[in-house]
Amino acid sequence: MGVSEQARPPVIATRRSLWQRFRDTLAPILASKVALVGLGLVSFWILAAIFAPLISPYGPLEQDPEAMNLGPSSEHPLGTDHLGRDLWTRLIYGARTILVLAPLSVLCALAIGTTLGLIGGYFGGWIDEIVMRILDAIMAFPVILLYLIIIVTLGPSAINVVIAITIAGAPGIARLVRSLTLDIRTREYIAAAELRGENPFYIMFVEILPNARGPIIVDAMLRIGYAVFAIGTLGFLGLGLPPPSPDWGSMVCKGRHYIWLSPWAVLWPSLAISSLVIGLNLFADGLREETMRYQ
Amino acid sequence: MENLETPVLQVKNLAISYRMRKSVVSAVRDVSFEIHRGEALGLVGESGCGKSTVAFGVVNFLDRNGRIDNGSILFQGQELRGRSSEELRRLRGDRISVVYQDPLSALNPSLRIGEQLREVLTVHRGLRKGKASKKSIEMLKQVYMPDPEAIMGRYPHQLSGGQQQRVVIAMALLNNPALLIMDEPTTALDVTVQASVLDLIAELRREFDTGLLYISHNLGVIAYVSDKVGVMYTGEIVERASVEDVFLKPMHPYTQALMRCVPKLGESKESSRLPPIKGRVPSPANLPPGCIFEPRCDNARESCRQKHPNLREPVPGHLIRCHCAEELGKEERQPPEGLTPEMIERSMREDTGKPILRVEHVKTYYEQKNRSLTSLLGLGKKRYVKAVDDVSLEVPRGCTLGVVGESGCGKSTLAKTIVGLESPISGEMEFLGFDILPPVSKRDDKLVKELQMVFQNPESTLNPSFTVGYQIGRPLRCFTKYSRKEARKEVIRLLDAVRLDASYYTRLPRQLSGGEKQRVALARAIAGNPKLVVCDEPTSSLDVSVQAAILNLLLGLQEEYDITMLFISHDLSVIRFFSDYVAVMYLGKVCEIGPAEVIYSPPYHPYTEALLSAVPIPDPSADQKSIRLSGTVPSALNPPSGCPFHTRCPRKLGGVCEEQDPPRQTAAAGHYIYCHIPLEELRKMEAVVTLTKQESTKGVVDAS
Repeated sequence: MGVSEQARPPVIATRRSLWQRFRDTLAPILASKVALVGLGLVSFWILAAIFAPLISPYGPLEQDPEAMNLGPSSEHPLGTDHLGRDLWTRLIYGARTILVLAPLSVLCALAIGTTLGLIGGYFGGWIDEIVMRILDAIMAFPVILLYLIIIVTLGPSAINVVIAITIAGAPGIARLVRSLTLDIRTREYIAAAELRGENPFYIMFVEILPNARGPIIVDAMLRIGYAVFAIGTLGFLGLGLPPPSPDWGSMVCKGRHYIWLSPWAVLWPSLAISSLVIGLNLFADGLREETMRYQ
Repeated sequence: MENLETPVLQVKNLAISYRMRKSVVSAVRDVSFEIHRGEALGLVGESGCGKSTVAFGVVNFLDRNGRIDNGSILFQGQELRGRSSEELRRLRGDRISVVYQDPLSALNPSLRIGEQLREVLTVHRGLRKGKASKKSIEMLKQVYMPDPEAIMGRYPHQLSGGQQQRVVIAMALLNNPALLIMDEPTTALDVTVQASVLDLIAELRREFDTGLLYISHNLGVIAYVSDKVGVMYTGEIVERASVEDVFLKPMHPYTQALMRCVPKLGESKESSRLPPIKGRVPSPANLPPGCIFEPRCDNARESCRQKHPNLREPVPGHLIRCHCAEELGKEERQPPEGLTPEMIERSMREDTGKPILRVEHVKTYYEQKNRSLTSLLGLGKKRYVKAVDDVSLEVPRGCTLGVVGESGCGKSTLAKTIVGLESPISGEMEFLGFDILPPVSKRDDKLVKELQMVFQNPESTLNPSFTVGYQIGRPLRCFTKYSRKEARKEVIRLLDAVRLDASYYTRLPRQLSGGEKQRVALARAIAGNPKLVVCDEPTSSLDVSVQAAILNLLLGLQEEYDITMLFISHDLSVIRFFSDYVAVMYLGKVCEIGPAEVIYSPPYHPYTEALLSAVPIPDPSADQKSIRLSGTVPSALNPPSGCPFHTRCPRKLGGVCEEQDPPRQTAAAGHYIYCHIPLEELRKMEAVVTLTKQESTKGVVDAS
């Protein structure tokens, strides 16, 4: 027995399989009911946005002068707005823009905030002092005011909305990452990396960042929720996407004028915004609880 | 005396289990013991053996998922189990006190010591405030607190660790308890402080006639404190007898193996290797069907595999849980292969030429941040923590220099300064003939490769996000030009060198035990084939059996790779076992340095003498002088002038010690003592520790 066992060369998997990694990532989500409900809400909107042309026979800009301000019916499941456009169609096409813009802006904020936070936290000293004071200066502005200043200066467009949310969001992320970095920096594996003569950027992005990812991911989920809110607010204020395009915020704004005639045009986009935000928050909460338990 | 008939505490067949998410884990099974008045029972065992669970079970402080399944707990003859908490409170009254490991978490940080002590008396006894204060002060006097009136008005954070633990003990004794439960009360303390707390415990027990249940993982402490000892292994008591019987004539194979794992003060690597216990502790969820120690026992037989042994009494008063213990003692135990000390003839120390590392007058200070207005304006004086203050030492090639000292003596800072994680403010450091004053980021890559470090905490030494293979492979990628395939092979070879099989390659750190993590860290340190490895307390958070394995591994690797080592530890026995040279540090300064065997025998530096007399020795027959230091270690922010040790030195000469730096006196070739006391006087000292000769102890610290 012993001989045959020794004769066989040991087969060693030196990489963790993709499935193993996938399962590791998925475990905390599946373990939490709250996270699952959140995921359900969010994926409803994602699927609707992806399959928008298949779900609805109308176009988002298609007007029907015969059917203005209608309530729900078999032809228009959620009714129509003041120009006779199908509300359901506009909602799911609006989901497309918001589901691209919100994550995109958070991603940009993450990239900038994480880098600044890592640099401040890892190097410390005067570098940290300068970085953090600049970020403090940005954070001193009320967020809405910051949005208004940026978009009024740059002009309303999708890109500028992303820029505004990025600038407003990055300092908060930087603060979070900095505090995580300050903690992780004292671990012995960081000292071991320094003793190998590793480059500071390797240490920051390879040794520190992966161990800070849990709180960062949870925070990012919440931030996507805020970004959805912010995009809606900007749309309502007329600083979002230019008029004909389907935008949840501007839909509420336009529908507001006819609220006594037909409340549907205000109700549905408001519900859409809140369901997406609640979904993201539930998802983040569930995720946080589970990852805490894992630690 | 009349109480001798009914024991203070009698535990019979106690079984405790915890409900986990998916399963029920039995933590304690069939534990029985009794404690009489004035008697101390020591429970000893490695981490996870259930010793704390027993203590929690007795006072019904189990976590919500814990439950007592079986057995009975009689306190002064009355059953405690199955009573409501109100009844328990009445029965127990104020007659059981508990002292835990961390004194700071036992004291309320926002209340003054006085209020906390008084509260015990005003609540339990209904005493008036004034009287309670008086009694509290008396009690503080009894635990030898200096200036008790002033202590009453202080907050916990204003006291040192040893003082805090004294306060907790005083609080526990205020009610004159019949039973005192102590769960690792000195584990967080330094040896010299531990020694005086242990003295105190022994004295108070005699004085107050309390029963004591003392729990510790440290065999030496248990040997010092207890009358009777219970050895626990995975939830069962495997051996129970008087302290002399357990330590001098252990019968159970686990106890014997455990004793062999611990380096005795005086044992060195030349005379012996530490035989580790093979395998690892089985998880309580998956216990072997027969004897629980069978898979790790060298003498296991077929019957051990099938039948679970009951506690029996082969010799009166000596209980063991083993089928075949009697047959074991007779035959000489065969040491496992590879552990015979054939390395004795190591050609070492005989003028190995130039030292590989030379440190001269190195000072590492930390600036103390001071946020007062004057310092913000740049007017205030800068204050420095003198972590390493003028240290000089040399390490010959292929040898091990052990650095020993209590916490805060600067030994870790010294290590960090040498590897380049901290920058010294002045001094000279040479390694392989190169200047290593600049920090690691400014050193040449080739120099960086030669100097690696093994860290203390197995939990943070590995990056939790990467596999073991990646982390051992990373230094190879940094320092060598191996191809991916070659590197992978090399990693597997390194894993093999630290006795881990290749399946560990893809594991993540959270899937490893503490000892395994430390092995991986070791493999990572030697991957680049360094000349000098600095080990900063690599075994201090491991169990003794694991420690033995890691120390052996270090010795083997040192031999194989020709590594010079700087070994830092607070444990004098480990240092003695492991090092060729020893430096004793106190408050940032070296006070004595020389060959290991010379350090451990007179002439001593007075501090070394005090340290040696404080080491708990797992041998109740050892003769150890009792020298206790008074006071606390002064702050490194404002160290005493002259000799830093003069504030606590029992042999202080007088004014010279306070005013002048102690001269370096050469006691023998390479043995330097930094002290004002003339050498002739120091030579007259007696040996602190004399072990009685017996076959298990090879070396005697000093006979001359």
